[in-house]
Amino acid sequence: MSEMQSHSAILADKPESWNRPAVMEPEGEGELMEVAMGPHHPSTHGVFRMDVALDGERVMRLRPVFGYLHRNHEKIAEGQSYLASMPYTDRLDYICPITNNWAYALAVEKLAGQEVPERAEYLRVILGELTRFQNHASSIGFLTQEMGAMGTPLMYAFREREKILDLFEELTGARMMVNYMRFGGCRVDASPGWLERTRKVVAGLAGFVDEFDRLLSTNEILMARTQGVGVLKAELAVNAGVTGPMLRASGVNYDIRKVDGYGIYNRFNFRVPLGDHGDVYDRYMIRMLEMRESIGILQQALREIPAGPVMSPTAKLRGFRPKRGEAYGRIEAPKGELGFYLISNGGPNPYRYRVRPPSLINLTVLEDMCLGVNVADVVLIFGSVDIVLGEVDR
Amino acid sequence: MLGEGILKGMAETAKNFFGSYFSAERLTTVEYPEQRIAPYEAARVFPFLVFDGSDWEAGMRCVACQICEKECPPKCIFIEKSKDKKPDALGKQQFYPARFDIDISVCMSCQICVEVCPFEAIKMDTEYELSTDNRFGGLLLDRRQLAKSNQYYHQIHPAEADGVDARLAAEKAKADAKTKITAEAKTAAIAGEGA
Repeated sequence: MSEMQSHSAILADKPESWNRPAVMEPEGEGELMEVAMGPHHPSTHGVFRMDVALDGERVMRLRPVFGYLHRNHEKIAEGQSYLASMPYTDRLDYICPITNNWAYALAVEKLAGQEVPERAEYLRVILGELTRFQNHASSIGFLTQEMGAMGTPLMYAFREREKILDLFEELTGARMMVNYMRFGGCRVDASPGWLERTRKVVAGLAGFVDEFDRLLSTNEILMARTQGVGVLKAELAVNAGVTGPMLRASGVNYDIRKVDGYGIYNRFNFRVPLGDHGDVYDRYMIRMLEMRESIGILQQALREIPAGPVMSPTAKLRGFRPKRGEAYGRIEAPKGELGFYLISNGGPNPYRYRVRPPSLINLTVLEDMCLGVNVADVVLIFGSVDIVLGEVDR
Repeated sequence: MLGEGILKGMAETAKNFFGSYFSAERLTTVEYPEQRIAPYEAARVFPFLVFDGSDWEAGMRCVACQICEKECPPKCIFIEKSKDKKPDALGKQQFYPARFDIDISVCMSCQICVEVCPFEAIKMDTEYELSTDNRFGGLLLDRRQLAKSNQYYHQIHPAEADGVDARLAAEKAKADAKTKITAEAKTAAIAGEGA
């Protein structure tokens, strides 16, 4: 009981302006039941623990505990060259290796003032949007898995994901850990055969999203379990630094592809879906709509991709020593704003290498969303945040 | 009507289930190990060392420059340079690796060693059925286990191997042309002295 009292003292220190709900007090007599959800738990999306204090079935306090997958990524990066950290970035958000690579390459290119040829930018967009598509499909699949759909939507999502992973393997050599971006472009060029096969796959994606939509969006069970659950107010989301689909589901129009226009994104015609309520159903719907927008971007990019080199002629593979300075490169990763902050002291290794993990920052509002709900809803809310522990723990 | 959404969803499920008996599009699994999907040409698993000709020791392209050892991110390559030299494909005397070990339990298949090798000596294999029950060294491959012929390289990566052969042939032609010019200059000088 004493541990609970000190815990509430910590929670009570938060300023009122954060719009947090008051820390809940249990009704009636008795103690709170403390349950550790995880790290061995099929629905924690990886090794993640939530210490919840329950009054019956309702959550009174929730404390996230992570670090079970900490692999010293940032410290290892200080001891090796910039190129050697590229395969490690694949393993951060391991569902979306391409976007991790891209954010890191962007940061290093900013640091070194490196240009990227146009064909490489188009290839980056094509692979990035394919990654976003398969990430959102898998995320919806995992969410419905946790609702008890026993894997059917997940397996349909994985069927499309397999096609996309086959494209990745054909181009880069590996299905997931692609190690494809380099500082100044992409590692290998895409053959015309690959572009044809990609066009075929993209042509089938719209039919898949329609099927997925018909399967899930009007399902009464899904609507009953997700509408009104885990509401995140826009003001709290912005104050807590939440980004990505979670922020847009709360109604805030902030997509880094539109705001920064990194790469060549300002050439593409796409909309940014926004949610009205900020509940789990909105986050699910946002991902569904973003999948459709990704298809639009893919079709446009595959039409317009020019010929040319994929590596800048001034790019160096070995002996790469950027000048002293710092750079922050960020992209709209499928999970949110993924940023790399690099400080160089002129040597071959970075002096400081910092990853801004969207999954971790989005998790900081987990308790606010989960107070007062049932344990089953905690699982859903946690699933709608869409985290990957590789990114949370690095 | 209540339940309409669920019924619509079950119609989708039924379409997929019965469709999997008729269309390959909906049935996407193979019965491994009786059926195997052929790997793509670009697929990479673990590295191997290429040798030309039939003698793996004499034909090995690696000159123990240790660049791959330095650039390898998880540091899974261990090289010891030889004390003597042997002639390479261009006839130049080069060191060779007395020891070249790769710990494939550490290797992350990133392919950086292939990218930085200046001698086209190390390439990526596609062999993935490598489990062993020897826990004390079964996954530490030495240079004998890593050495595979150029014919094997052509089998697994035909287009890439053709490109490598073309580049090496061009290098050899350039080196031959240079030696021819030097030899002609020498004979001309001797003839000039004689006259």
